[in-house]
Amino acid sequence: MSDSVPEIFTLSSGQAKHIRNATVLGMDAFQDAVIHAIEEGGRISALFAQPIHGRCLRLWAMISQDSLSRILPLCTDMDESSYPSLTPLCAQAHWFEREIHEQWGLVPKGHPWLKAIRFHAPYRQTHGRSVADKTPEIGVADFFQVEGEEIHEVAVGPVHAGIIEPGHFRFQCHGELVLHLEISLGYQYRGIERRLAGGPDKRTIHYMETLSGDASVGHAIAYCQTIEALSETRISARSQAVRGIALELERIANHVGDMGALAGDVGYLPTLSFCGRIRGDILNMTGLICGNRFGRGAIRPGGVGFDIDAEMSSVLLSRLDTAEKDLTVAINLLWKTSSVMARFEGTGAVSREMAELMGLVGPAARACGIDRDVRKDMPEGIFRFSQIPVSTWNTGDVLARAHVRWLEIQRSIAFVRIQLHNLPAGQLQIPPPPLPPDRLTVSLVEGWRGEICHVALTDSQGRFSSYKIIDPSFHNWFGLAYALRNQQISDFPLCNKSFNLSYCGHDL
Amino acid sequence: MKMIFILHPLGALLLSPLLLGIVNRTKAFFAGRKGLPLLQAYYDLARLFQKSAVYSRTTSWVFRAGPMVGLAAAMTALLVLPIGGGAACLNFTGDLIFLIYLLGVMRFFTVVAALDTGSAFEGMGASREVQFSILAEPALLLSLLAMGEIGESAIDSGIPLPHLSLSGIYAGLSFSAWMHSGTVLLLAASALFIVLLTENARIPVDDPNTHLELTMIHEVMVLDHSGPDFAMILYSSAIKLWIFGALLAGILVPVRSGDFLLDGAATLGGIFLLPIGIGVIESSMARLRLLRVPQLLSGAGVLAILAIVLVLKG
Repeated sequence: MSDSVPEIFTLSSGQAKHIRNATVLGMDAFQDAVIHAIEEGGRISALFAQPIHGRCLRLWAMISQDSLSRILPLCTDMDESSYPSLTPLCAQAHWFEREIHEQWGLVPKGHPWLKAIRFHAPYRQTHGRSVADKTPEIGVADFFQVEGEEIHEVAVGPVHAGIIEPGHFRFQCHGELVLHLEISLGYQYRGIERRLAGGPDKRTIHYMETLSGDASVGHAIAYCQTIEALSETRISARSQAVRGIALELERIANHVGDMGALAGDVGYLPTLSFCGRIRGDILNMTGLICGNRFGRGAIRPGGVGFDIDAEMSSVLLSRLDTAEKDLTVAINLLWKTSSVMARFEGTGAVSREMAELMGLVGPAARACGIDRDVRKDMPEGIFRFSQIPVSTWNTGDVLARAHVRWLEIQRSIAFVRIQLHNLPAGQLQIPPPPLPPDRLTVSLVEGWRGEICHVALTDSQGRFSSYKIIDPSFHNWFGLAYALRNQQISDFPLCNKSFNLSYCGHDL
Repeated sequence: MKMIFILHPLGALLLSPLLLGIVNRTKAFFAGRKGLPLLQAYYDLARLFQKSAVYSRTTSWVFRAGPMVGLAAAMTALLVLPIGGGAACLNFTGDLIFLIYLLGVMRFFTVVAALDTGSAFEGMGASREVQFSILAEPALLLSLLAMGEIGESAIDSGIPLPHLSLSGIYAGLSFSAWMHSGTVLLLAASALFIVLLTENARIPVDDPNTHLELTMIHEVMVLDHSGPDFAMILYSSAIKLWIFGALLAGILVPVRSGDFLLDGAATLGGIFLLPIGIGVIESSMARLRLLRVPQLLSGAGVLAILAIVLVLKG
């Protein structure tokens, strides 16, 4: 095999390797390697800067090679304050390079739209100015503008009419037609990544569970996988199965909520009402397992916090049956109602080419026909033993995103049922030993929004020198902005709901 | 004799908020919920009237006048609205145009009050409202005229009411009118029903329950109103629903026994059945894409024109 040249340093998800194995490339070689890997079908799962010594930064690119089930970590060291931007050659790098610029003051030269994404103070002093001077006012920036007599601008948020998270949306419209949408986030910035450096400690798992509240289980699993990979802890089959159940219940609950919300956005009440109730039922199932409806406390390093005994498992099974029966009725109502289909079809379509280019993940990518799912591509834990078919659709519109959700709901229900019937034995939690020094690991989890990527680097004491979190929303926000081009502005809420991205997961 | 006619406007003022309660309860029934109390709209009005209003510094007197003019116009419109085949408090030749203009005044002031805030949302809502009303108004006028032609024959046969007045038109409608020109009445009623859904910001045209500013038509124009101003808006929209309800019920249940109370009660029953119909529609279909709304309204216009053509030919 030509690709198995021994010098190539690769990782599989949930594997840790010594940092000395990584070849530090020169800037040009790094750029070439990234672009080559992307052309070969890879995609950027993470791109970030790690401070190493003095003013020197190490730029890491974690390229996921889905078809080879491996991650290609590439790195380069930089003493200078600028470097040639990757974005013009590789659109996926767009948001990442803006993040690096904002955090470290590193200028990607030639970046087409270099502005803040979170509006926080830089992580380090630049040019002798104190950090306080540089704290920007959130949301205050130049927005892309379309000029012309008949063009009008609509600004939405950060305060919205519903109880949702804050974000600012700037539309350039011609009548009802949206020519361009720019999304400005950062209102939920809490500085979590900075707090994680020097860890892990008692607080770390709680940060993970509150990164993005509706994806508590997903992020907690991603974190626990990094700890287990670094410390080489093998968790029991039982805890893997319980993790899988918690993750899929989270997916079902959120997808059901989204299906209801999609129906609500077009004013179709029956499905909205049904799904609101059923989502609660599914959340209660998670609540039954761990005492928290959002799965907090369920996942712990080395295993799980709670067991599912035989009695609980039969309760869960019967609740699952009821929920599935009601859901099938509620959601089939949607497909059968022509007025709903008229709203879903063709709205906010993203082509497969564009989705590949932007590096979309999760249901948004699968709705464009991309066969991309961490559970299949880089399976970890229970997914190495029990596979879930990847659900895709090919139209890339709201209908496709809704349809993929429904397929995933059904397949996740089937998966949970199988696991509950066949819970293996095993210890619930195996306390992981302290972390070894100078290791690198990448942990990927298919959260309900898509790929959750955690990258951990340990220092010479075995503490986190860098802990990078990429929520799926980070990849997909730009996809939403793109999907709105040449759409009706009145269809924005529907498109937005069909992506249903996390603000706090992006802002961290 | 005249005293009894004032009963209808008074009754409408008293009962119209109940219609909103019936719509909500119908929707709740279909959603499997208990729903809001039937009298919720009254509680809301009482609460809002006790509050004080907040005014943006960018607004002028136009913004404050909007809700008052709207309510005044809606109340005035009740005066020309006949019920149960009897004459309305006011009736004169061509008062149906007076009614349409009153509704127009109401809309005009809602729109200018919205524009007065300078908000992009409200401007967008105003533009949609005006665009759709351009299409809804002719449909309403034409369907009333078509019914007028049928009513005329009844006026000739002895009822002393002015030409092309609402009272005259509705006095002429009866079940026998359905017998000989049912098609015309059906077309007119269908057009009127579509206009009713549009004018009252109902699904499939607008969604009165949405919180999504970008999709709203009517609701987005009144986002900045608060307290008593908002109460007046709520109240006038309830009255507006009553007006359209009475126009439609007058066609669909034209009981003409000669007993004013019985005939009036029949129309009243029709008015109260209507919100159930609206609730059923809202529970069983999604909103149209905004781009498609003009097509629906043009459809209403075509129905009305067809009604006119049939009347003139026959």
